Amino acid sequence: MKIYLKIWRQKDNLSKGSFKDYTVEDVNKDMSFLEMLDTLNLKLVKQGERPVEFDHDCREGICGQCGVMINGIAHGPLKNTTTCQLHMRSFKDGDTIYVEPFKAEAFPIVRDLKVDRSSLDRIITSGGFVSVDTGQAPEANSIPITYEEAEAAFDAAACIGCGACVASCKNSSAALFTGAKITHLELLPQGQKETHKRVAEMVEQMEKEGFGHCSNTEACQVECPENISVLNIARMNFEYNKSKLLVKK
Amino acid sequence: MHTPFLDTKIPEGPLEKKWSNYKKHAKLVNPNNRKKLEIIVVGTGLSGASAAASLAEMGYQVKSFCFQDTPRRAHSVAAQGGVNAAKNYKNDGDSVYRMFYDTLKGGDFRSREANTYRLAECSASLIDQAIAQGVPFAREYGGYLRNRSFGGVQVSRTFYARGQTGQQLLLGAYQGLMRQVKAEKVKLYARHEMLDLVLIDNKAKGIIARNLDTGEIERHGAHAVVLATGGFGKIYYLSTLAMGCNASAIWRAHKKGAFMANPSWTQIHPTSLPQSGPYQSKLTLMSESLRNDGRIWVPKDQNEKRKPNDIPEEDRDYYLERKYPSFGNLAPRDIASRAAKEQIDAGKGVGALKNAVYLDFSRALKEYGKNIIKERYGNLFDMYRKITGINAYDEPMKISPAAHFSMGGLWVDYELMTSINGLFAIGEANFSDHGANRLGANSLLQACVDGYFILPYTLSNYLATEIKVQKTDIQHKEFDIAEANCRKQLEGFLTTKGSKTAEEFHKELGRELYDKCGLSRSKKGLEKAIENIQKLRKEFKSNLIVPGDAAEVNSELEKAGRVADYLEVAELMCIDALQRDESCGAHFRQEYQTEDGEAKRDDENFSYSAAWEWTTNPSKPNLNKEPLIFEFVKPTVRSYK
Repeated sequence: MKIYLKIWRQKDNLSKGSFKDYTVEDVNKDMSFLEMLDTLNLKLVKQGERPVEFDHDCREGICGQCGVMINGIAHGPLKNTTTCQLHMRSFKDGDTIYVEPFKAEAFPIVRDLKVDRSSLDRIITSGGFVSVDTGQAPEANSIPITYEEAEAAFDAAACIGCGACVASCKNSSAALFTGAKITHLELLPQGQKETHKRVAEMVEQMEKEGFGHCSNTEACQVECPENISVLNIARMNFEYNKSKLLVKK
Repeated sequence: MHTPFLDTKIPEGPLEKKWSNYKKHAKLVNPNNRKKLEIIVVGTGLSGASAAASLAEMGYQVKSFCFQDTPRRAHSVAAQGGVNAAKNYKNDGDSVYRMFYDTLKGGDFRSREANTYRLAECSASLIDQAIAQGVPFAREYGGYLRNRSFGGVQVSRTFYARGQTGQQLLLGAYQGLMRQVKAEKVKLYARHEMLDLVLIDNKAKGIIARNLDTGEIERHGAHAVVLATGGFGKIYYLSTLAMGCNASAIWRAHKKGAFMANPSWTQIHPTSLPQSGPYQSKLTLMSESLRNDGRIWVPKDQNEKRKPNDIPEEDRDYYLERKYPSFGNLAPRDIASRAAKEQIDAGKGVGALKNAVYLDFSRALKEYGKNIIKERYGNLFDMYRKITGINAYDEPMKISPAAHFSMGGLWVDYELMTSINGLFAIGEANFSDHGANRLGANSLLQACVDGYFILPYTLSNYLATEIKVQKTDIQHKEFDIAEANCRKQLEGFLTTKGSKTAEEFHKELGRELYDKCGLSRSKKGLEKAIENIQKLRKEFKSNLIVPGDAAEVNSELEKAGRVADYLEVAELMCIDALQRDESCGAHFRQEYQTEDGEAKRDDENFSYSAAWEWTTNPSKPNLNKEPLIFEFVKPTVRSYK
């Protein structure tokens, strides 16, 4: 297959970026999207040009480091799939593909398709953990957790932190990311003790970082590679309101 | 050359008392003094994150480095199947001793008894720790923890969180780490790559790191340095590892005096997806847990043209069940991989490139129904479909062996300290617990146990002698020298201006290594490989192309540094494999096999760990031997028949 690409090139966060045209010949349908970009980069480097910078690492859909907008959709056209797991069989010979970075105020551009998502780390730092030191833990089976509770907690904990939810949201909200962590820890007895403090601090940090508010379009769930449910956002709001009512200033 | 005495520091006493004896007598650091002591931890996978968090909780000042954009991306995240622990929740005869024995035997009696025992001993606490952090392990309906079985054992001691156990354990450790960032006990340096280790008066005192976003070269000082930088199986290019995994941190420490032990011992995982073309950048692993319910087979006839579902039972060879009736499809990884290679080499491979074997779930689907199978392996089946476009509920998966785990790594003593004072290596970066072959679900365990439970004691024991030592002066001339060398190397890559990319060199090296220092090795092949690697290294010096410059984001420059190191590591791997005239675990020398093709160990001459010392000439390393002394267990022929 022959693929035409329009790729966003930008030197750094202060420079102006623009789309540049590229053509990749000999694309195989079993190639992953990133391998197609590798093929382009090999050509560019051999010509002495700067390759297209993009983030990636595990290439098996779990580390969350890859992620670009493909024809305006975070991680591209295949549902519940990261960019690295998208294969060229999802495209046709002669297609033109627009490739852009995840765009959000809280995700400054590092170069080309690479963005800085440390704002998501800072949300976790503000309260996305259980306050337990190494060595304090009681025997694992001393607190039974039902199958259903554990599975529901897992569904929320499966978030890979890629930021596609933010990039898909017209308000650049991180509500799905934050709500998923709050839900994961709230559903388990080990995490419940700190829910009120956690939700207040994480929501506050989310706003400080410049993420927008959630206006319930549910675009985030549609484009989430892990299909994290928007019900996590509802739970976050519920817990947030509870924390405001119940926690004395 | 002199042969330094390798002091393993194994404590006295019976096996089951060694670790508690050590803890009883280890020196401590007063809480008031801890805040004056700085520790650098490189790597934020399970071992690095758990160590950094645990040390910070104790009150030390920790600086944590990773090359990824956030600590949560480290490749521990990709471990699928599970983590072992001798809880004996199943009442099926498990115990610390049995787990120790399984691990020692799995490693073909090429690991230290004391280290391996400690791994099993600390395993139960890890499960407690992870549960307390909120790791959502699989549960029974009544609410208690669920277990499954993994390769090389006959009990169910594997705890798991769907097919994403590594991810969930790592998130637990990462969250613990971020909690310490909030407490200002950990300072985080993401997108930083360690370029060199700095020694002052023969002690590890700091690192040179490059900020990958700005290209800036930075100096960081500390009272001790911990390398938790994982394995280097990516040296084969096609592997199950992440693209960024590398040997650079441990190799640069090696060149400063840390010994590398058994570098050629690489686990080739039996259940990865086969290569589909030359453009391929990685091989995706399918968890070994699939072998609990999947049956491995090839057609009996090498000219078989029928689709897998059309091939009747009598024309299929379930070769693992046939050759290893007591372990069957759950034979250990090295054995399963070699058996697959045997079938593929005999022309019975399946798929377009005839480079795979079938992993068939039809019997399990019939027995348990689709829902149960989906619940157990749903995400793996989904992943398989995404990558291959094939629905494995309807037809067998195609799998093949791929480079996966480095049993070798930096030599460490019982305290996990390398041969450099004040330099520690934990997790996959060290060589210690798995011998010549690692059992499934022991990798997550070792990373966690090293970081949560061992290093906090052994590092304190070291730091207790450092409390009067002032903060490291990063203006010291050793930092000047190290920084200048790093800058010179980067400049060299940029000014070579040849015509071959780092990636092209890497692919070539990987093919050479997989072919001659992979699943099976021979004297002739290894000698040829050494010759070819030397040639390739020479070409790298004159024909590399790296665009751009050093003071900016430059992923090609990052790759060049890693490949430069791989080109030296690869030769040491071949030298290591060549000197070991025996077969053991993952190290299979064609010259040393039994009549039915099993590995033939030579305990009389090779019951040692090879600890290699850098001599400035990559082709002439100095070999030091750490004899393996079996006080409590008698090594036997490792049979899974």
